[in-house]
Amino acid sequence: MTHETGRRRFFTRALAGISALALAGCDKLSQSESFTKLLSTGESLSKNAHRLVSRKSMAQEFSEADMSPSFRSNGTSMPNSVEYQALVETGFADWALEVNGLVSQPQKFTLAQLQALPSRTQITRHDCVEGWSAIGKWKGVPLHEVLSRVQPSENARYVVFHCADPMEEDGTNKYYESIDMEDSNHTQTILAYELNGETLPVKNGAPIRLRVERQLGYKQAKYIMRIELVDSFEHIAGGKGGYWEDTGYEWYAGI
Amino acid sequence: MSSALTVKSELIYRHTIPIRIMHWINVICFTVLLMSGLNIFNAHPALNLGKSSYNNLAPILELKAAKLHTGELIGKTNILGVEFNTTGVLGASSDSNGTLISRGFPSWATIPGPQWLAMARHWHFFFAWLFVINGFCYLAYSFLTKHIQRDLLTTRSDRASIWQSIKDHVHFRHATGEEAKRYNVLQKIAYLSVIFILLPLVILMGWAMSPFMDSLIPGWVDLFGGRQTARTIHFIVAWLLVAFVSIHVFEVIITGLWNNIRSMITGKYRVDTDQSVKSNHEKAAGEKP
Repeated sequence: MTHETGRRRFFTRALAGISALALAGCDKLSQSESFTKLLSTGESLSKNAHRLVSRKSMAQEFSEADMSPSFRSNGTSMPNSVEYQALVETGFADWALEVNGLVSQPQKFTLAQLQALPSRTQITRHDCVEGWSAIGKWKGVPLHEVLSRVQPSENARYVVFHCADPMEEDGTNKYYESIDMEDSNHTQTILAYELNGETLPVKNGAPIRLRVERQLGYKQAKYIMRIELVDSFEHIAGGKGGYWEDTGYEWYAGI
Repeated sequence: MSSALTVKSELIYRHTIPIRIMHWINVICFTVLLMSGLNIFNAHPALNLGKSSYNNLAPILELKAAKLHTGELIGKTNILGVEFNTTGVLGASSDSNGTLISRGFPSWATIPGPQWLAMARHWHFFFAWLFVINGFCYLAYSFLTKHIQRDLLTTRSDRASIWQSIKDHVHFRHATGEEAKRYNVLQKIAYLSVIFILLPLVILMGWAMSPFMDSLIPGWVDLFGGRQTARTIHFIVAWLLVAFVSIHVFEVIITGLWNNIRSMITGKYRVDTDQSVKSNHEKAAGEKP
């Protein structure tokens, strides 16, 4: 029947046309601000669902046998900064962690002072957003031990980590990250100064890096120089709360 | 049926509106999830087994690009240690300018087309939510209306006719008349496996990759072999679902494309009721020699 074949040809062509258009359309949609805003409701759904289910759940901790033979260094392995390299030269003797912002007692902590505070050791898995993972043993000071000493103000909502590593060739756009107060008070949230029983290597973030175990790798800021408590991170860099967030990744990286 | 001798076919109401809507939502969600998933996979185009990627076990699948001395790029696929040249499709394929570049799956198979992990994740998680919500609506609706109990659960006679049904499928013999008004046993098993095994598994293995979901019951991921094994299962189940969809679409085409598509759009499905045309099932079963 010519009617039938004509119809079939029409539908086949329509299908091919629609697929091509749909694919081009998806790429167009990815550039559209309102559509990506719609897509990002998935992120808030995940975050709210996770927070609803549990705020204090503990990330899995592993045995020494599960540890990766060597802990992969990803992203920056040596910050391209004269100031940072000078700190490495002296074994971070001149380094001090500045904690300020919305706190009543801004303070500076030397590495020795941080190491003198109560510590926590945990063997956890580092999940990179790309899909790989590595298991390492971290020792560090729980972030709440540090924060309780500077006394955060009532209106402090986020903890921002300012790092030493510039993400641009010209030394600008330094790495930064942020987490909320809930996560900052979590038992497993630590400022690590040891990896696998040794002083934290430069390639893994010396002198201290963040471990916020229920989130992905890019939240685990390395080379921390300053911690700032804020009520909003909109005024910092790209305003999205982190270097990768400014390029489009989710601020909530629990998934 | 005396009227059957005069009426050659009838239109029956096969799929209710909620089922039709949820079916097409599934089509969109599954397509986006698969293609955005491949873009996410491309960020680390390898599959490992175990609790982490670094445990001295070689990946079971790896897509990579290598440069020949001539400067030419070739795409390689390594499955369980066996390497294939897959230039143009896997490992290395053309970008929008036609230049061969290193990438796992080609741009025509991914959303977005270019390699863009952050955006692919936004697509993937948004449509994952939609897919899961749609799936729950389907389950609730189908149990309440007894669609699952009535149309999908296999009966004793279904189970007794499995072998016959396999033979019918292999020979592309299709049910007609009364038999065509219900799902055959292989179809039921396929649907039930997808709904109650593959889809829950692919969701669970997706959760296993989430550092937060892992923390809810510490150690649950190890029941599936660890996080990287879970990622591998997620990938394999996704392709099993692609296999299901391929067979599903193939059956849709050969059992009357337009009739099937109409039944999923308007709900109306044409069934041959001419008694002179016996169902294949009856013929094959030799009910009347």
